[in-house]
Amino acid sequence: MATETATPPALTKKDFIAGQDVRWCPGCGDYAILSTAQGVLPKLGIARENIVVISGIGCSSRFPYYVNTYGFHSIHGRAPTFATGLKLARPDLSIWIVTGDGDGLSIGGNHLIHILRRNVDCTILLFNNRIYGLTKGQCSPTSEMNKKTKSTPLGSIDYPVNPISLALAAEATFIARTLDTDPKHMGKILLQAAQHKGTSFVEIFQNCIIFNDKAFESVSDKTTRPDNAIYLEHGQPLVYGKDGHRAIRLNGWKPEPVTFDGAVPPDGVPVHDETAEDPSWAYLLSRMDHQEGFPVPMGVFRRVHRDTYEDLMTRQIDEARKKLGPDDLQNLLTGEDTWTVSQ
Amino acid sequence: MSETRRIAVEDLDNIVIRFAGDSGDGMQLTGMQFTDTSAILGNDISTLPDFPAEIRAPAGSLAGVSGFQVNFSNFDIRTPGDAPTALVVMNPAALKTNLSDLDTGGILIANEDAFTPDNLRQAGYAANPLEDGGLKAYRLYKVPITKLVDNALKESPLTFRQKERCKNFFALGLAYWMFSRPLESTLKWIKEKFKKNPDMADANVRALNAGFYYGETTESFEVRYQVRKAKIAPGTYRKITGNEAMALGLLCAAEKAGTHLFMAGYPITPASDILHELAKHRKFGVKTFQAEDEISAIGAAIGAAFGGALAVTASSGPGIALKGEAIGLAIMLELPLVICDVQRGGPSTGLPTKTEQADLLQAICGRNSESPLAVIAPATPGECFDMAFEAFRIATKYMTPVMILSDGYLANGAEPWAVRKLEDLPEIPVVHPTRTNGDGAFLPYKRDPRTLARPWAIPGTPGLEHRIGGIEKADVTGNVSYDPDNHEHMVRTRQAKVDGIAADIPALEIFGSPSGGDLLVLGWGSTYGAIASAVEQARQDGMDVSAAHLRYMNPFPENLGDVLKSFGRVLIPEMNLGQLRMLVRARFLVDAMGLNKVKGQPFKIKEIFQKILDLRPKSLAAGRRAAVA
Repeated sequence: MATETATPPALTKKDFIAGQDVRWCPGCGDYAILSTAQGVLPKLGIARENIVVISGIGCSSRFPYYVNTYGFHSIHGRAPTFATGLKLARPDLSIWIVTGDGDGLSIGGNHLIHILRRNVDCTILLFNNRIYGLTKGQCSPTSEMNKKTKSTPLGSIDYPVNPISLALAAEATFIARTLDTDPKHMGKILLQAAQHKGTSFVEIFQNCIIFNDKAFESVSDKTTRPDNAIYLEHGQPLVYGKDGHRAIRLNGWKPEPVTFDGAVPPDGVPVHDETAEDPSWAYLLSRMDHQEGFPVPMGVFRRVHRDTYEDLMTRQIDEARKKLGPDDLQNLLTGEDTWTVSQ
Repeated sequence: MSETRRIAVEDLDNIVIRFAGDSGDGMQLTGMQFTDTSAILGNDISTLPDFPAEIRAPAGSLAGVSGFQVNFSNFDIRTPGDAPTALVVMNPAALKTNLSDLDTGGILIANEDAFTPDNLRQAGYAANPLEDGGLKAYRLYKVPITKLVDNALKESPLTFRQKERCKNFFALGLAYWMFSRPLESTLKWIKEKFKKNPDMADANVRALNAGFYYGETTESFEVRYQVRKAKIAPGTYRKITGNEAMALGLLCAAEKAGTHLFMAGYPITPASDILHELAKHRKFGVKTFQAEDEISAIGAAIGAAFGGALAVTASSGPGIALKGEAIGLAIMLELPLVICDVQRGGPSTGLPTKTEQADLLQAICGRNSESPLAVIAPATPGECFDMAFEAFRIATKYMTPVMILSDGYLANGAEPWAVRKLEDLPEIPVVHPTRTNGDGAFLPYKRDPRTLARPWAIPGTPGLEHRIGGIEKADVTGNVSYDPDNHEHMVRTRQAKVDGIAADIPALEIFGSPSGGDLLVLGWGSTYGAIASAVEQARQDGMDVSAAHLRYMNPFPENLGDVLKSFGRVLIPEMNLGQLRMLVRARFLVDAMGLNKVKGQPFKIKEIFQKILDLRPKSLAAGRRAAVA
């Protein structure tokens, strides 16, 4: 979000903490995300009054109340619609959307698709805890198959959606994933997302300690993470593992996990290019976490440039305004064919 | 036109002509051209386009018939006319579906070439009605339009199909001749429209002329008619439809508020034209947004309003239903927002292209919990301008959503409109605070004690950072609050704010007996023309009947209760099953009677007049009859 305003005198994290008590459950992953975001905001050089945080409904959507900027806690699933209207009316503002897997992918799935394809300049944080928390534990669109919840006592029969694949299909220009237990990585990703001009989509694995604890254990636990996650780095080969002995090799279009000595990656291990225009590469990466034996990719999947929706609209208006004459509105009211009735 | 036959020209006060044909026959275009020409001639006009929802129903079928009726006169008219004086039918299906509206002795012009066995069968005719003597009651003119057009276009390079499409211009030319209209306006239009296709322009001009000359030269027509200029108030006029007027009113409101207009919509009949019209006006800074659905459209409008824009969304009944939750949010956020509901037949998809007034209760009550908003309703196409402007005045002054109830009849119907001067329109004062309002803090729900409006502080204002949302909030501070007393206080305050608008709107006017009488006909919205005309007629016949027309549906004008009580009886004609009647009975304990019609068609004057007759109103004292004028 490249909002051009005078840099305010050195804002700090403290400036972005609102006075209200934070009311998430103790141990909730949301705390880490809030704290990280509050740490990133002062680094953007944007005045507090020019930032708006917009949310829908759900645990994550309480977020705006805790950030000392302008905030808008809206209705279930619709945050992207308010954000789009606000950004079009006020392209000068820096807009953040906070949503969850239920809010953003279920009831608000349609709006998410369309804000991504339009490339409205804003940053979307999708807290994915694979469960409905605020309504006390029903399965969500990202819950795994067979999950037993209050609404699915015999096990869920819904095939889950992959948020990264979905964002790619919707032509998003910035797509990344991070997780609540790695605040350093999260901070880096949020900063990149905020600085990207266009819609930035960040999926954040977030633990719901009450209704879906340990949903991401394999990657959230520091000790098991290196073997189960792969950190995508632009220009770097797909290498991972505790000792860097593992890699992903491409066999045609089919990825294969391989082990090597940790020195030179074997032939066929591709180098990550987050700027690839063709989304196929990022899509291939996005499918790995569903496959047995593959690591879960973390980091930036895709980062490309495309004109933003609000810039295109501003351009149309600027072009049209060049042709504006002084009496044009009166002429429009008068119309082309008139007749006069005299006394 | 060198050898003009001597043909009698009969003067009439008004003529109602209806063009009817297949939806592919260009009847809407024909009707609109006839209307434009008549308006420029100085007639008063009122139109009723009536078309199917299907873009192209099977050719020749009854379902595919499209009609356009225009009433043009030398006096002030208020409706498109109860029945056509002249009916032009382009095929048997159009005859079948429209003939019952034509009075005995009416003029009937038929394209006899279209009365083929196949078309007759599709229309359900066993024999050709043009030939079997069944139309003796009418002044039937059989015209081989298809053949005549083909002849006129012999040298045209167009294909047979393309030539055939010019036949509506032949019909128009003939109508122009018969009703003494000049061709210039339509000739100009054709040249402009087909600028890039000179062959098509030339063919349409030839067809138009051929129709005119056909009337002039054939012996079939013994008389022409003319309608002189209408005696209407002096001024400059243009033709306007309700949707055009609505769009212009919204645009002018933004201009007068010194800000820009943000309009978000999703395609829906019959509201889409508001989006289309505004989308043309980027140069005035209008931001139009075609959203992915109705919910997104209102969401975007609310977001824009939060940012300080004059925001509007427009839809029709089904779309308004989808927007319901977000309207509730706008009520909770107390942001200015205008919602246009161009009503159509329902429920569900209903009759997308037909008119109805059955969204009144949806507008007033159609949300969860106690969720009051202002509801206003224009009575004529031209009034859509004033009501759009008024909607923004109320929305910004009271920080509330305002719904405008138009309908398909107003949206597509046209009338002459006295062109407004921008400088005559009042300013709409909009204030965005820049300073804190409570001991160094900004209190987003600290209200103006007079209007109960909260301050419209917008993002980008340093020091006023605040958070709003759909959760109930504490009065004054706007912090989240689940306190029982606070909730009751806020519910009552939101209601009081909207109720308070009643002191800021015009009193209800009575046409007829201002101090009361036997029968009051109370209407709202697009039924105005038919009610006013019927009541005027009844008073001329000496009946003690008055009319009053509501433009403000929520809150009602402050004097409504007194007006109702000053009449012995109240009749409420509505294009629904009695929604205003229900509200009036509940609010004022007045046992109002209903006249309810839900046919997707507007009231005819005679339907209301007949109901008045049936109620046997008392006689007006002779002296009071004069009050009519």
